[in-house]
Amino acid sequence: MHVLTLSSVSVHFPPRREVQRSLKELLIRGLGQRTQQEDVFWALREVDLAVGAGETWGVVGRNGAGKSTLLRLAAGIIFPSRGEVRVWGRVAPVIELAAGFDRELTGRENILFNASLLGIPGREARRRISEIVEFAQLEEVVDAPLRTYSSGMLARLAFAVATSVRADIVLLDEVLAVGDQFFRARCADRIGELCREGTTVLYVSHDLTSLARLCRRAVWLERGRVAAVGEAEEVLAAYRASDAVAPPPSPS
Amino acid sequence: MRIAGRRVPLREEVRELAARRELLVNLVRRDLTVRYKRSLLGFLWTFLNPLIFMVILTVVFGTLFAGNAGRFPAYILPAYLVLQFFLQTTTTAMTSMAWNGPILRRVYVPPSLFPLSVVVSGFVNLGLSYLPLGLVMALTGAPFSWALVTVLPSSLLLFLFVLGCSWALAAVAVYFDDVRLMYQAGSYIFMFLTPIFYPLEIVPERFRPLIYANPLYHFSELIRTPVFHGQLPSWHHVAVAAAWAAGSLLLGWLVIRHLSPGFFRHL
Repeated sequence: MHVLTLSSVSVHFPPRREVQRSLKELLIRGLGQRTQQEDVFWALREVDLAVGAGETWGVVGRNGAGKSTLLRLAAGIIFPSRGEVRVWGRVAPVIELAAGFDRELTGRENILFNASLLGIPGREARRRISEIVEFAQLEEVVDAPLRTYSSGMLARLAFAVATSVRADIVLLDEVLAVGDQFFRARCADRIGELCREGTTVLYVSHDLTSLARLCRRAVWLERGRVAAVGEAEEVLAAYRASDAVAPPPSPS
Repeated sequence: MRIAGRRVPLREEVRELAARRELLVNLVRRDLTVRYKRSLLGFLWTFLNPLIFMVILTVVFGTLFAGNAGRFPAYILPAYLVLQFFLQTTTTAMTSMAWNGPILRRVYVPPSLFPLSVVVSGFVNLGLSYLPLGLVMALTGAPFSWALVTVLPSSLLLFLFVLGCSWALAAVAVYFDDVRLMYQAGSYIFMFLTPIFYPLEIVPERFRPLIYANPLYHFSELIRTPVFHGQLPSWHHVAVAAAWAAGSLLLGWLVIRHLSPGFFRHL
């Protein structure tokens, strides 16, 4: 059973200079000017992917390969320019830290606010609040405003909320890099736990060691195309080996 | 199952909006508390603003025109509240999606929710300011008749009209920063085209079509007629206001839906 499928998905962004910021600019440049096709930046090209329920996926690739774009597609934040993305169930993204956190509100208020952003009923969120605070080890500061938190504390809170709300798909973008090794170890345990409960995890990271330990499946993106997909061991090995070969293998 | 085509299907978006009722409540609550957080009298300002306005009116018209202001405040205040609700809400709602860009870039939330929350909190404020309006009516001896019941459905029509305008303005403002500045300057036109201080009858005949074309004139008459005259609003105003509300809502929804796939490139 699949929870996320991409069929020949392409995403393009207009070149930076094309993003108009004012109406005046648009009128001066003229409505007739069209974007040159070769100027368009393709973040993803013709990507096919089928993610099954309960699988833990690692997403690897160089900077700008399209990893974050892939997660944003799954989260429904951006739309494919071509192709189709299908998602079954509730998605909890941890894309960049402090997503939807308000610095003036306390930790507790932020947990509730964040849960409501994800469409989780307040009843359910209130029930899980102590569990979230305990996991993030923020018992002493939970009633202090968020601006007093360190980046590690924010990362812990974001991870704890996203993994406590019983989503069907959890998207993690490099969030664990901020925490200390003790927290990272507990995150790894939590991911394993989610996996056993049937939650699907997509994990973007440059830390190949932890990816190899956590993930059973992996996809390697290279300049917006899928360079390799399959068993994590093989994909990660191929990705690691690609470093020795310059230039990187042409995407197939 | 969610299919992310180029646009979220209508049924899906409505479902996602409904699933975020609590977020709407949270946003409205935050807006209402933050608005007065740093002020001494806090929430009381919602009531004080119309009252102070009324005192100024009474003094100005009582002394300047060397007469008795009489029932004048009850004539002005309803139209003033309608205009204030419209201008403040659309101006705030316009920037609501751009300001919540950090959220929209990281979590999927139907973008239309942010302007909606601004309009809801503006509407709560409008409802609260009806209390001092009642006080003003009592002080100036305005008639309390059954016609006052129509203020509720009239206000709901106004709500829908403002919501449609807010959706369209907010969506366009994501793409173009200067729309906000243009609107701030341009919206003064409503101040002049809404008869607040004067009755329509003193406007020369040839300028009246301009006022008839202003939707806020019809909405303010809907509230003013039962409050000041103690009569039911005329069917003419009801029909025109309802048409404006339906048209604005439809247009606003179409604009925000049509533009939303491109939001992430601009936020």
